[in-house]
Amino acid sequence: MKLTNLLTSAAVALGLASGAHAADTKVGFVYVGPVGDGGWTYEHDKGRQAVEAHFGDAVETVYVESVPEGPDAERVMTQMALEGADLIFTTSFGYMDPTINVAKKFPNVKFEHATGYKTAENVSVYSARFYEGRAVQGTIAGHMTDSNVIGYIGSYPIPEVIRGINSAYIHAKKVNPDVEFKIVWAYTWFDPAKEADAAKVLIEQGADVILQHTDSTAPQAAAQNAGNVITFGQASDMSEYGPKPRVSSIIDDWAPYYITRTQAVIDGSWATSNTWDGIGAGMVGIGEISSAVPADVKEAALAMKAALADGSYHAFTGPITKQDGSVWLAEGETADDGTLAGMNFYVEGIEGDIPQ
Amino acid sequence: MIRLEKRPQPSQAWSLATPLVAVLATMIFGGLLFAILGKPPVEAIRTIFWEPLFGEFSFYYRPQLLVKGAPLVLIAIGLSLGFRAGVWNIGAEGQYIMGAIFGAGAGLAFYPMEAVYIFPIMVIAGAFGGWIWAMIPAVLRTRFGTNEILVSLMLVYVAEQFLASVSLGLLKNPEGFGFPGSRNLQSYPSAFNAELIEGSGMHWGVVAAFIAVIFAYVLLRKHMLGFHIRLTGEAPRAAKFAGVNPTRLVLFCLGTSGALAGLAGMFEVSGPAGQISIDFNVGYGFTAIIVAFLGRLHPVGIMLAGGLMALTYIGGEIAQSNLGLPAAAIQVFQGMLLFFLLALDLLTNFRIALRKPEAV
Repeated sequence: MKLTNLLTSAAVALGLASGAHAADTKVGFVYVGPVGDGGWTYEHDKGRQAVEAHFGDAVETVYVESVPEGPDAERVMTQMALEGADLIFTTSFGYMDPTINVAKKFPNVKFEHATGYKTAENVSVYSARFYEGRAVQGTIAGHMTDSNVIGYIGSYPIPEVIRGINSAYIHAKKVNPDVEFKIVWAYTWFDPAKEADAAKVLIEQGADVILQHTDSTAPQAAAQNAGNVITFGQASDMSEYGPKPRVSSIIDDWAPYYITRTQAVIDGSWATSNTWDGIGAGMVGIGEISSAVPADVKEAALAMKAALADGSYHAFTGPITKQDGSVWLAEGETADDGTLAGMNFYVEGIEGDIPQ
Repeated sequence: MIRLEKRPQPSQAWSLATPLVAVLATMIFGGLLFAILGKPPVEAIRTIFWEPLFGEFSFYYRPQLLVKGAPLVLIAIGLSLGFRAGVWNIGAEGQYIMGAIFGAGAGLAFYPMEAVYIFPIMVIAGAFGGWIWAMIPAVLRTRFGTNEILVSLMLVYVAEQFLASVSLGLLKNPEGFGFPGSRNLQSYPSAFNAELIEGSGMHWGVVAAFIAVIFAYVLLRKHMLGFHIRLTGEAPRAAKFAGVNPTRLVLFCLGTSGALAGLAGMFEVSGPAGQISIDFNVGYGFTAIIVAFLGRLHPVGIMLAGGLMALTYIGGEIAQSNLGLPAAAIQVFQGMLLFFLLALDLLTNFRIALRKPEAV
């Protein structure tokens, strides 16, 4: 008997036997960081807790944290599927191929992969339009900077991160033509020591605003120690660093999505989908803008948020020129999702190269 | 009064018993830790040690033990040769990365051609990648007397930068929509290090690990070079008189451990991992140091230690998912294992005396 068959039959056997368990539906979560990271994984775990709270005894959730991307992730997913999970959320880009591999072996288990692009009969992908949050962030940052140097801690040079940089830059530039971005690549999603070092380097180079695309609160602490520097919470509110350095935040709110998808599995109506929601749908939240921000700036930021939410404004609206001088979007034209999904260029004005 | 007395001879019995006592102590104190965290301790220990081997889904976990343990054993065997001779290669992680880059690079250079010789070329390239990376600290030590511990360790971080660079540039999948990471070798048959028997977990890396164990055993037992390695570690002055060439020994030890680490990386990238990505390395090179010492630097011991380590990883994940144990608790548990082993090691060379010190 081939392993695939063996695995499938084991899963089916479990599915049949699941009536014996207390909960009828089991939902698994695979996390790339620790649940206490205060950022990315923390918010996914809040989504998990929301599922538990919403469904009570009808749904059981399980999770494994700090799972390296690669064969380990594949094993953890397989293990969850074997143990009878009906729906598995894999919450990091690097879980893409492992998710597809495991999904092939368990056709009756539904998989949801965050931030990837590969779908299958039983694999959906979902992500949030974080770049909308970056537009609000850029607006505040552009107004607030005195040195006109904004530091940006990048994680990995992947389209999602580059989108964020471009969106923040465009909107900072819009309100402050003298603004300049300094970008440091940390090559990690979560490493407090590295993130703190990156923040310190940027502050030494004159940055008085630090934007981060990494998950820990270490840059916030570094900014607090440095004094006159502002930051934004990333993935989570990070309000413990408010009202300054943290003046606002981009919050990922996965709870409604996780509840909807779990409900779909319970109803038997789950189907493959490709979800990319933003501020309007509530997947991206803007954390409270603190008292350190002047009223007029706060107003401008909230107006931007409202325009993005009701769809009257797109964060990438032309005219926008690429860094190499070629025209990307003509006057009034908005970016299509395909280009955004694979964005691998800077817009005009950002200095430096995307690491290759 | 409790005193430590040096034994005239290291105790053979304790040398064999300490790993077992260490495992036992880890179980007791680990259980205590789990109990403090409010988890059922016996259930947790049972899940970690029993579930992967004999549990309901052991048909899946047993092969996974081979997959997880093989790179650890392969790397640890190489490291143990050096450790016995006092050559400290701490940078196996970097050699592992370079082996993977060289191996995958060699394979992808032929893409999409299919041929039987592609995989053997990748194997050679992988071993070469690890070997050349280990030659840097080796040559620097033999030429300029640098410290191989520092150089090999620092080269891990250099290798990580290389890994990020090739993931984003040279080896990036042209059909990957701009995302970093190479093509997946699992979907390139000539380069895919597939399971030899489906569902067994046996891929070429596992075979290579077993071969390495046998070779190391024979080398250390029967071969002059093996004798020299042991002699250098145990009695450096005697080794000098016996005509051991220290330069050759350093080159051999670092070279071999580098090549084996490179092979481990190559088998991993072409098999279970499938692709070069920025986060490809997950610490096998460092964990292998623990495995080498847990196995008393003995080939058979290393094989068993690799299995034990793999067991705690896989069992630990099951415990996380089924019992909600935090990942950090599992890491503490693994750390305890090494701690107790090193602490109890003392009993090999010392004995605890309970009598009073004699009056002078």
